[in-house]
This record gives sequence, structure tokens and C-alpha cells, in this order.
Amino acid sequence: MTEQLNAWDRVQLARNAARPHALDYINELVKDFVELHGDRLFGDDHALIGGIGDFRGRPVIVLGHQKGANTRENIDRNFGMPRPEGYRKALRLIRQAEKFNLPVLTFIDTPAADPGLGSEERGQANAIAENLIAMAAMRVPAIATVVGEGGSGGALAISIADRILMLENAIYAVASPEACATILWKDAAQAPAAAEILRITAHDLHGFGIADEVIPEPVAAHLQPSATIQRTGDAIERHLCDIEQTIATMGIDTLVATRYAKYRGIGRWVDNGETILRNGTVTNGPNGAEHESSVQRSATR
Amino acid sequence: MRELFRRQPKFSPTAPGDETRSIPDDLWIKCPKCNELQYSKDAERNLYVCPRCGHHARLSAAQRIATLVDDGTFVEYDAGLTQSDPLEFVANGEAYRAKAASAGRKTHTNDALICGTASICGQPVSLAVTEFGFMGASMGSVYGEKLVRAIERAIEGRLGLVTVSSSGGARMHESMFSLMQMAKTTAALAHLGDARLPHLSLLTDPCFGGVTASYATVADVIIAEPGAIIGFAGPRVIEQVTRQKLPEGFQTAEFLLEHGMIDQVVARTQLPERIGTLLRHFAIQPEPAKPGDAKITRSAEPAEALHD
Repeated sequence: MTEQLNAWDRVQLARNAARPHALDYINELVKDFVELHGDRLFGDDHALIGGIGDFRGRPVIVLGHQKGANTRENIDRNFGMPRPEGYRKALRLIRQAEKFNLPVLTFIDTPAADPGLGSEERGQANAIAENLIAMAAMRVPAIATVVGEGGSGGALAISIADRILMLENAIYAVASPEACATILWKDAAQAPAAAEILRITAHDLHGFGIADEVIPEPVAAHLQPSATIQRTGDAIERHLCDIEQTIATMGIDTLVATRYAKYRGIGRWVDNGETILRNGTVTNGPNGAEHESSVQRSATR
Repeated sequence: MRELFRRQPKFSPTAPGDETRSIPDDLWIKCPKCNELQYSKDAERNLYVCPRCGHHARLSAAQRIATLVDDGTFVEYDAGLTQSDPLEFVANGEAYRAKAASAGRKTHTNDALICGTASICGQPVSLAVTEFGFMGASMGSVYGEKLVRAIERAIEGRLGLVTVSSSGGARMHESMFSLMQMAKTTAALAHLGDARLPHLSLLTDPCFGGVTASYATVADVIIAEPGAIIGFAGPRVIEQVTRQKLPEGFQTAEFLLEHGMIDQVVARTQLPERIGTLLRHFAIQPEPAKPGDAKITRSAEPAEALHD
């Protein structure tokens, strides 16, 4: 039913306050969940939650952006926009996952990383960057599921994983449609047009080879929360079993190498096949070869 | 008489790309901070630092390379990589590829990152330098791929990696492909670290968004030029969101140093020597030393003390 929707419709659905948020998924899918607070450095961020629990028979570390269902909750949750201490809490729990050899499940739902004054003072950029390198190299399985809004670097910081799953009405973008419209047309009201141009829907990302699976929403998630959450849990479990199989047969090194190859291969460019050296020498190669995101290419490197 | 006092356009900089002017527009260079005029030859000799107020003017990639590396040592790689336009992005009637091509004509480069090998004070390096004139040095697929290749070149050749970054962030025109370059470039740095090779990151004015939130701040040493504005969110965005006036000096290199985000603020004239010294201290071994291998052999050359 929802497959006829355009990008802006999906943005509205992804942002719908009634849509299940990270804690709804955790409470339903993770048994005996124990929330773990604080980054041990500065504070506890309510916009990025984490903890440990049992996901369908195995202990896991869980991370997620948490939005509120109403204004009061949203003020407490900073509208799901993590500050550096949130990302550093995530990093602490990623290290904990590695220490105890636990898979990491993340639930992505944020408009962006917090752009405030304090966040700048405490190193927002560095907090995000440190997570990227830690997750890229971590020696445990990870599955990131975009359940709502995947807002730029703020989302990316906890979504480097062996699998990226997206709910059908979730979005994942380099910049919010409003920001994009402001840059392009100096008019945030043009956001619907920007949403179309940016290609931010789950189907777009699956087509680009960035999302590994689109979890269908026959009915929008907020109208059937429980069924959506269970369907999401099934998809996560299926991928997790698959990854565990890989580790059992080929070892953890293969998993980490495959994860790297996946990210190494993302990008599209045209190679004009010539390396123009500063001293004027030109060496010719194959002409105009177009490169798509290809894992094979990087695997042979 | 009044004519004499009317603002004359003669000495103001003209729009870039205006090739019809009879007077070369780079004969005189005006300091954007204190308006001091410098004869272009003097400015070049001063590395585009204002002799009056010390303002560090923005450099093109070519100027940056010339002021940083040993003469004649830079060899460029992967210059032929250009945009593929995976989104078929068109806005305001202008296609992304056309926009990039026009930026390329202006800056004489195919994308916003120039990579190669060079030596700095005799230390061989793999070098990646942004060209801010090319679409605000935004990071897209070409940028990411070239940077990863530069990292791989460092690993293969046992070279230190020096990145010089000035960027507006991720390139909107490639949307998610751009965002993923943050992950791709940063992930590659994990391999550089495994090979026990140093990454020295130089942040220059201005540096924001997806670049500061990825490879540029995952470095063994982070250096910034004096007065450079560096951050995650741009000052206008912060003012808009917080409705607060930002304090004086917010997001400057000195502010970052004070808040523990960078190692040093180094004047442009001191950069080659400082980077050379650091590379010498890191004493790159022909083979990667194993973790926990404490007794690594030092380089024969005695390490010099740091000068400020």
C-alpha cells in the first residue's frame, strides 16, 4: 500500500511522532534489557541510549537514537539529536561489546547530530569520527537498522555495520531536505522537491547498494507498531544468523575484511584513465571507465 | 571633483574567471582582515600571510603544495578521476556534471582533492590536499576514492600520511554516496594505523561538517593554522538553532586548542619544519612494528627539539 508514496510522503512518515522509536523496538525485541548510562567523561545523553540484553537467545549490546513521542519527551531527548557524550557512550559500549564478544544492534532515528554550542566545545566532529573508525574495525558483528530518520553524520556515527537494514518508510540522507532546499534555493519550504532530488528513500538506498534490505511496511509502522517491530526483529535475526554462520566457517577476520570491503567499494566515479603528473608527463590507461560501488573491485586490491 | 573620491573598482579583486581584464587581477593582493595591500610577489614570498596582521589567507591546492613540500618533489596521482553523477542531480537548471566541469575549469583540477607523493623537509609522505575553490572542497565519491588510494599508497610505500583539509563537508550532489565517504575514508585509516604509519592532519580555514567529522580528526597529530575556523556545524546553523550570539573566537583554531581538540596551532611559515620534525619522531620502520614491540629501533638521525 505504501509503495506509491513519494519521497516527501516518506519523510513525513519517517518523522511521525507516533512511529515506533528505538526504545519501542528494544522493549519488544530485547529481553531483560538493562540500560547503561553515561560516557564516563562528561554526562549521560538522553538522545542516544544504549544497554545490554537478550535478543532471541543471545546477549547483545544495543544502541539507538531516541526521539520523544511528545514535546516534553522531545525536550528531554533533545529531539533525538545526540551530543558528543552520546557518541562517546556509544563508543564505550562498542568497546564493551568487543570485550565480551557480543553483537551490536543499532536503531537509527535522528534528524542530525546536535549542532549546539556545547557540542562544538566538547568536540562533536571528533566524537563522530572516532565512532566511525571504531565500528569499521570492531571484531564483533553489527547490524544497523534505520527505523525512522537517518540524519547525516549524526546517524552514520552508529551505523557502520555488517548489514544496513531500512524500514520501507525510513529515510537516510546526507542533509535534511530542509537544509538541502536552503542551500539550493534559499528556501526551506522547497524541502519536498529537495527530498526527491536527494534520493533518500529505502528503495533508493537499496538500489544504490548501500542498504542491504528493505523491511516492508504494508501498513505504515505507526499504524501497526507491534507487527512492524516483530518483522524488523525477524529481519535482524536472519542477518545475524547469517553473519554468525560466516564467523563460524570463515572466522572473524573475514567478517571484518568483508565489512571494510563493503565501505571501500562505496562510491561512483569516472576514471579518465590518465594520471597527469605535475611535470607534464601523461600516462594513459583505459579510457572513461565508469566505476560503480563494487565489492569485487576492492576485494582484489 | 567628486569623481575622484568615488570608489574606484581598480584595486578591488574582480570576480574569478573574469579573463577580459587588462590588468592581471593578482598583481595586488588585499588582506581580507586588515585591508593591507601586498604586491603579489611579496605575498607569495610571505606564503600569503599578511605582514601586518598575520592573517593566513586561504590557499589553492597548488599554492598549499608549493608552500609545504620540498621543491620539485610532488608527483600527482589519480588526477583523471571525475564525477559520475549517480543521482543525475539537476537543480536550478544546472546539472551536477556541468557545475563540476565549470569548477574544474576555474581551479584546473578534476575534483576537490589533489593527491600524490612528495617529501617534506626530506621526509617522504603520501599527501592529500583539498582545493576549496572546487565546490567548497565538498567530499564526494572522487574525493573519497582518491583519499583512500592515498592511504593505500602510504601503506604500500611505508610513508607517513599528511592530509590538508579545508572543506564545507559532504557534497550534497552525491547524497548518500557522499555521506558514505566519511565511513570509507575513516575505515581506511584503521589500516594505516595497523601498519603503524602516522597520519598528520592539517586543518585550514574553513573546515566543517563531514570532513571534520571523519578522517580529518582521526589523526595521530592534528595541527591547525592560526585563526582557521573549524567545527562540526557552521556558525550560521548554530546561531539559527540556538538563537544565541556566538562568543568571540568561537570555532577558531585557538579555541580548539584551548578545548583540547587539536595538538598545535602552527604558523604557515613553520609548517614544513614542524611536520618534518614530527615525521622524524614517528620514525617509520620499513616493516610494521608489532603492537607491544617496545624496543623498536630509532632512526639514526637524532631527534631535534621542537621550536615554537
